[in-house]
Amino acid sequence: MKKIKNTAGLQTLRQTLLEAQDPEMPVVRVCLGPGCLALGAEKVARAFKSAVRNKKIKARVQPLIKGTGCHGFCSQGTLVSLSPANLFYVRVKPEDVAEIVATSLEQGRTVERLLYSDNGARYRSAAEIPFYRAQQKIILKNVGIIDPLDINDALMAGGYQSLAKVLTEMSPEEVLKTVEVSGLRGRGGGGFPTGYKWRRAADNARENPGPVYVIANGEEGDPGAFMDRSIMEGDPHKVIEGMIIGAYALGANQGFLYVRHEYPLAIHHFSIALRQARNRGLLGKNILGSGFDFDLQINRGAGAYVCGEETAIIASLEGRAGEPRTRPPYPAQEGLWGRPTVINNVETWANVPHIMEKGADWYTGLGVPHSTGTKIFSLVGKVKNTGLVEVPMGISLGALVEGIGGGVPGQTHFKAVQTGGPSGGIIPYELKEIFTDYHYHPEEFIAAKKEISVDFDSMAQTGSIMGGGGMIVMDDHDCVVDVARYFLRFLEEESCGKCLPCRLGLKGMLEFLNRFARGQGSPEDIDALESLGQALVDGSLCGLGRAAPNPVLTSIRFFRDEYLAHIVDHKCPAGVCRDLISYRIDPETCNGCGLCAQECPEACITGKKKKLFTIGQEACIRCGVCQDVCPMQAVQVA
Amino acid sequence: MKTRPQDLDSILENYPRRPQHLIGVLQDVQAAFNYISPEHLARICDHVGVPVTQAWSVATFYKSFSLEPRGEHSIKVCLGTTCHLKGGERLAEACERDLGIERGQTTADQRFSLDTVKCVGACAEAPVVMVDEDYLGRASISSLKKEFKRR
Repeated sequence: MKKIKNTAGLQTLRQTLLEAQDPEMPVVRVCLGPGCLALGAEKVARAFKSAVRNKKIKARVQPLIKGTGCHGFCSQGTLVSLSPANLFYVRVKPEDVAEIVATSLEQGRTVERLLYSDNGARYRSAAEIPFYRAQQKIILKNVGIIDPLDINDALMAGGYQSLAKVLTEMSPEEVLKTVEVSGLRGRGGGGFPTGYKWRRAADNARENPGPVYVIANGEEGDPGAFMDRSIMEGDPHKVIEGMIIGAYALGANQGFLYVRHEYPLAIHHFSIALRQARNRGLLGKNILGSGFDFDLQINRGAGAYVCGEETAIIASLEGRAGEPRTRPPYPAQEGLWGRPTVINNVETWANVPHIMEKGADWYTGLGVPHSTGTKIFSLVGKVKNTGLVEVPMGISLGALVEGIGGGVPGQTHFKAVQTGGPSGGIIPYELKEIFTDYHYHPEEFIAAKKEISVDFDSMAQTGSIMGGGGMIVMDDHDCVVDVARYFLRFLEEESCGKCLPCRLGLKGMLEFLNRFARGQGSPEDIDALESLGQALVDGSLCGLGRAAPNPVLTSIRFFRDEYLAHIVDHKCPAGVCRDLISYRIDPETCNGCGLCAQECPEACITGKKKKLFTIGQEACIRCGVCQDVCPMQAVQVA
Repeated sequence: MKTRPQDLDSILENYPRRPQHLIGVLQDVQAAFNYISPEHLARICDHVGVPVTQAWSVATFYKSFSLEPRGEHSIKVCLGTTCHLKGGERLAEACERDLGIERGQTTADQRFSLDTVKCVGACAEAPVVMVDEDYLGRASISSLKKEFKRR
């Protein structure tokens, strides 16, 4: 791979690469995103590749097989798209590959049965599907299109063009100013203005000359969120480009990519992307002949949720246990090795090249005032279309969950949406229709009434936070007491233990919820729990502890009745809390197959083949195995 | 991916003798040996120049390090929020029963180690279980039992 010496060289290379493309060359893109991988997408990609390798395809031009990042529509995986035919196949299994090869690649026809269909309509291309139509992909534009392991693909898609523009046409001050004016806010959850962070670091560095560092926070610890994973795996060069531009603005020569160890693929893709960028002269000494030096290294996280907190990342990079420290001083003042440091979330960095390319005015035109640009959400849980969506900030909650997400299967509406992970809250359906100032409704999902808008400030008004972008949809079978308890358990384990309110407070709160889940406690205990939660909010050292009570406090605020049902009536309305439910087999639906009796770990299900089986309630531990294995859905919660 | 160096010396050679590399060395040793033995921990401390107490604090703070030998195959049941809602906890319990161990433990024949993790980022296909490097989406206890037998 030849080094690119200057910006003219970058344009020439891009032109040469684009001209070498055969527009008629069929390209098969197999989604290797997180969701599809979990459904065995690798086997599908291998089947296509072996068909090409063994020259089994009778076509004039042999197709190119690309493994790409996440296409977004995870519930329909494995996803395969074909160009230039512009076909989009869903739920592709390895055994379907032969038919796609024979029908689409050899004869140019469509395999109808693999098209996405909904409500009787069939969709040939992705752009026609409502799930995609309402989205506005900017950050994810290349994810699912390019091969993340080939820098040439990124270059052809416009990668590093903004960097070239910045290095030749803009001063560091102009870059800084542009980020400030764009109104970009941190995508990791806090929503802190990025430009302000950069400005402070730059000022501090000027007063106190020496090295400055930039860090990408890829410790995406919030459960239920995989936006950053998809960006890192699907378009690593965009993050790298954003960081080089940031480093140029701040005068940093060294940067760090801090990636969760649970994301081995993201680490792998980054390491290849870094090597290729270095070989091309886009990282290292004298980038594109500008005289600016910058390099990046990858640091793997070692498994600690608290390491998403910026001072904990710094501790971890310095080789210590990831315990946060008090702020101020902020990392922009005293960060890594005591030097000014800018830490931004992966998605925030990925926004930077776009802002430089099209300008701050264009960016503020996206989204709503105070929450500009687009945001990526992982729409998961009890929703029909699970996956990754990118929409302008300020979209209405209804358009997001019910429009793009397609609503809750089998129920008229969702019960609640959990946003912001363990630091966020639970927003009930009823709040959907409260008025907020800003709205964006994609044309197809015009709402009858004004609806709550999804942006940093409106979300905060509900007591939740927007957070990193995890949107976990809950339905009537999900218990809020159980979910609140789940988050407390999570945080109690992840609390680093440095400060007392968090260390002991979480234990105390969990104790309350454990008792509630068993149907014990009194209504006064709910008040005591709220007051203990407030003590954590007021007294904890870092964001983990301060935000930890959010799921509990919001769930009490909006679902106090459900708490009372547990405590007073000793019932779990959702049928989740184990001590308050029992399983029974519906005589009407049981077909007497006996699978439940076979799998029951307590051997407490009795019956004869082809006759009704019954559960012995005394011995039953309510493990739910019978319900999981029953092919007739005859096991019901009472 | 990088080929795994199999002896401690070649791992240590990759790292300058500075405290900031403690976590990197520990990660490589964990990957190569499946755990960090007391002898290795002592030699790592010598190399990067930190007291054993600090290395101990780091090795016990982060969840990816183990100070006891781990099994040949790692089973990680995801307990992220979505997996929790879709029955991840039941799956974890079923694995415990099937393998006869509790989470965090290793089977007597050193074949399997069972752990729960907090979100592997494949939420759309919940519940998810990671067996070694493979993600198994929409997992059920019957599909897992098959997977255990296959390994």
